[in-house]
Amino acid sequence: MKTETYTLNLGPQHPSTHGVFRIILELDGETVVKATPVPGYLHRGIEKLAEARTYTQVIPYTDRMDYMAAMLMNWGYVAAVEKLMGIEVPERVEYIRVIVGELSRIASHQIAIGAMGGDIGALTAFTYTFRDREYVIDLLEMVSGSRMTFSYFRIGGVAADLPDEFFPATRKLLNEIPAMCDEYDDLVTGNEIFQARTKQVGIITPEMGINYSLSGPTLRGSGVNYDLRKARPYSIYDRFDFEVPLGTNGDCFDRFRIRIDEIRQSKRIIEQALDQIPEGPIMAKVPKVIKPPAGDAYAEIESSKGVYGAYVVSDGSPKPYRVHFRRPSFINLGYLGELCEGWKLADVIAILASIDIVLGEVDC
Amino acid sequence: MGENIFVGIATWLRDVMSSAGVPDLWNDTILMLVKLVTVLVFVMLNFMVLNYMERRIAGFIQSRRGPNRVGPHGLLQPLADIGKMLGKELYIPKSVDKIVFLLMPTLIFVPPFLIFAVLPLGKNMAAIDMNIGVFYMFAIASLSTIILWGAGWSSNNKYSLIGSMRAVAQMVSYELPLILSLLGVIMITGTLNMSSIVEAQNNIWFVFTQPIAFLIYFIAGIAETNRTPFCLVEGESEIIAGPYTEYSGMTYAMFPLAEFVSMIIISAMSTIVFLGGWLAPFGWTFIPSWLWFFLKMYVMIFIFMWVRWTYPRIRVDQLMGFNWKVLVPLALANIFITGVGMYVFRAIGWWS
Amino acid sequence: MADCNITSELVEAVKARFSGIEIQENNDVTVPAGDLIPFMTEIKENPDYAMDYLTNLTAADYEDRLEMVYNLASITHGYTLTVKVKLEDKENPQVPSLCPVWGGANWQERETYDLMGIVFTGYPGHPTRILLDDNYKGYPLRKDYQWEGGREA
Repeated sequence: MKTETYTLNLGPQHPSTHGVFRIILELDGETVVKATPVPGYLHRGIEKLAEARTYTQVIPYTDRMDYMAAMLMNWGYVAAVEKLMGIEVPERVEYIRVIVGELSRIASHQIAIGAMGGDIGALTAFTYTFRDREYVIDLLEMVSGSRMTFSYFRIGGVAADLPDEFFPATRKLLNEIPAMCDEYDDLVTGNEIFQARTKQVGIITPEMGINYSLSGPTLRGSGVNYDLRKARPYSIYDRFDFEVPLGTNGDCFDRFRIRIDEIRQSKRIIEQALDQIPEGPIMAKVPKVIKPPAGDAYAEIESSKGVYGAYVVSDGSPKPYRVHFRRPSFINLGYLGELCEGWKLADVIAILASIDIVLGEVDC
Repeated sequence: MGENIFVGIATWLRDVMSSAGVPDLWNDTILMLVKLVTVLVFVMLNFMVLNYMERRIAGFIQSRRGPNRVGPHGLLQPLADIGKMLGKELYIPKSVDKIVFLLMPTLIFVPPFLIFAVLPLGKNMAAIDMNIGVFYMFAIASLSTIILWGAGWSSNNKYSLIGSMRAVAQMVSYELPLILSLLGVIMITGTLNMSSIVEAQNNIWFVFTQPIAFLIYFIAGIAETNRTPFCLVEGESEIIAGPYTEYSGMTYAMFPLAEFVSMIIISAMSTIVFLGGWLAPFGWTFIPSWLWFFLKMYVMIFIFMWVRWTYPRIRVDQLMGFNWKVLVPLALANIFITGVGMYVFRAIGWWS
Repeated sequence: MADCNITSELVEAVKARFSGIEIQENNDVTVPAGDLIPFMTEIKENPDYAMDYLTNLTAADYEDRLEMVYNLASITHGYTLTVKVKLEDKENPQVPSLCPVWGGANWQERETYDLMGIVFTGYPGHPTRILLDDNYKGYPLRKDYQWEGGREA
């Protein structure tokens, strides 16, 4: 029988591309022959905009990259500028950053879990994770006054000290997190149909993962132990006792599962940070006008999606000469085309969901 | 009390008309029309209820509230929805096959309504008590496949096409276990008449004597109604809305409504064949037969909804594999066991 | 922040093999464009370095040159290295593509081409625009880029 392939344009407006993202699929029946991802529909030119702003004014732009984990986005940029200026950040600030950063990671992973459940068809998972995420966002709102784009970090410190009611509220939430994770496990991870849909689907081998510069849960799902918090501990992560959850098969299921485990680990980190947090100033000695010396610096942190880096070049003026963001979602997507080949249309959705992209970050 | 309320009304109507000198033929025809219109109204009312029920149950399962603003407890929400749907523009894309495109949402209601004519909704309460009722029902139910296919094909959209291809593959395949699962019951009762099948469950419901058949029927029934975990036809996160992608306003609303009607049919059928139809359990005959029927039917519908809002969707190759490798062989085995059982029971004289 | 940069000895050792490279005091390495592929292959394959992970690839536009910046990391050893390539020819900047060495260079090179206009020779198929529209004129991250109606126009 003679058959022909046909082209299906998945996106830019599609319920499962998590934003405006397009994949041109060449299909043979329901099997993907070739997949061509087309990003760029949300490109706002943040890197160019940053060149016309002062160093502090760039911080709100970073919020708008991975708006699901905006705290972590702030952190990477701020770390690069601090590295450039050689600023030593006070102890208390480091702890505050770890606490809000990990809370942000929890919120981001909850979205990833819920969205993947929703994409596989279990819409209930979506509402459950969003319900729980509200509690995390409440805490971040308490800290920063905002629920999504926090802009809480400042060069050399943070915008405000943690309020007193933050500590009991956080401890209360942390006590509930194991139950939340168990609920996700019961509802989604343990489900036969979910496992049938995700196990042995979209396998990334460790070699290919490293070759394609994948990072975050996408890489660790393949069993590569590369978490910057352990591999090259930045900030004060060397003081905490936590594990890096690793997958074994590199399939969609592993990538999904380790996100739930990472929430549990984040909980451990926050608990230790809350116990150890010292009193002290929340800003380092930073000049009023931030003018880093001419030069360049690259700093990276582990965001919820992977290695998030910021490369900042200064020419000695109050505006950055060049800013580049290494966005994990963008680079993780680079492998998508190859990864989708040979899988069914429904698997493409599962694979895309398991990579967990945020289009604001992909397109920058 | 109330047991014979509907049968009574029918008898009263007939008496009134014959005393007024209406000839018998006309009398029968008018009565038949009245019955069919009653069934139509019943179905219409039902999907109002189902629409509300589905959303409230979804809300309950998903730990949110669901509609609660229009009317007391949101009870008028379905009316508001229908009003909204009717007020929407009926947008017809340029590239569609206009005639087929508009015909399909109209036709989608025909098969379900045809089926309702033969369903016994209570004691002596079938509009037409057909002696090949079960056979008739399946023959008509297969027709909705063509309608979904036509909707997808005429839309001239690849998502619609994929959806309608899935619809054909899924509904044709799952018809087989659906019918085979009922064969065991039909072998025992020896009739295709639905009322007789219900009567045959006087001693014990078939759900207890034919549990495997019931399970197969339930699973295949979900697949026939295109609901999660078999909602590949719509497959919202993959193919937008499948065959319905290009439809808007009321033409779109027809499809989900038809889905509700087929859910009622599948639940009603499982009530009739496996759950003893209108028969009262524990001899609780103080509740009228038709109410028993609705209670059982709504329990089934609730389970359908429960499943829908709990499970993810399966993949298309798993769908077919599950059907042909698990359900069909199981249904055939069930028929075989039933046959052997009947033979043995007859031989030792426990059953005649 | 823990300093995980590669040690000076290792950098000195590689300098012996590639004569054209310069080493800055923070151990950033500047490589001539011609030596880029052999240099990268060497530090990737050599187990002493095992720089198997291309973290970041970008470029910056200076007054006299364009500069490619590669941030490498070693998953095995845990240290990092910054490699730079200076491109003096601002009119027609060309640099060898790293796609044969790292698959991860693919999209990052496309992005750099898209926004900075650096041509990667040896890229499988000429790099195409990735974030901007295919018909877009100019390279927005260049310092001389002016868009009609722009603030300073």
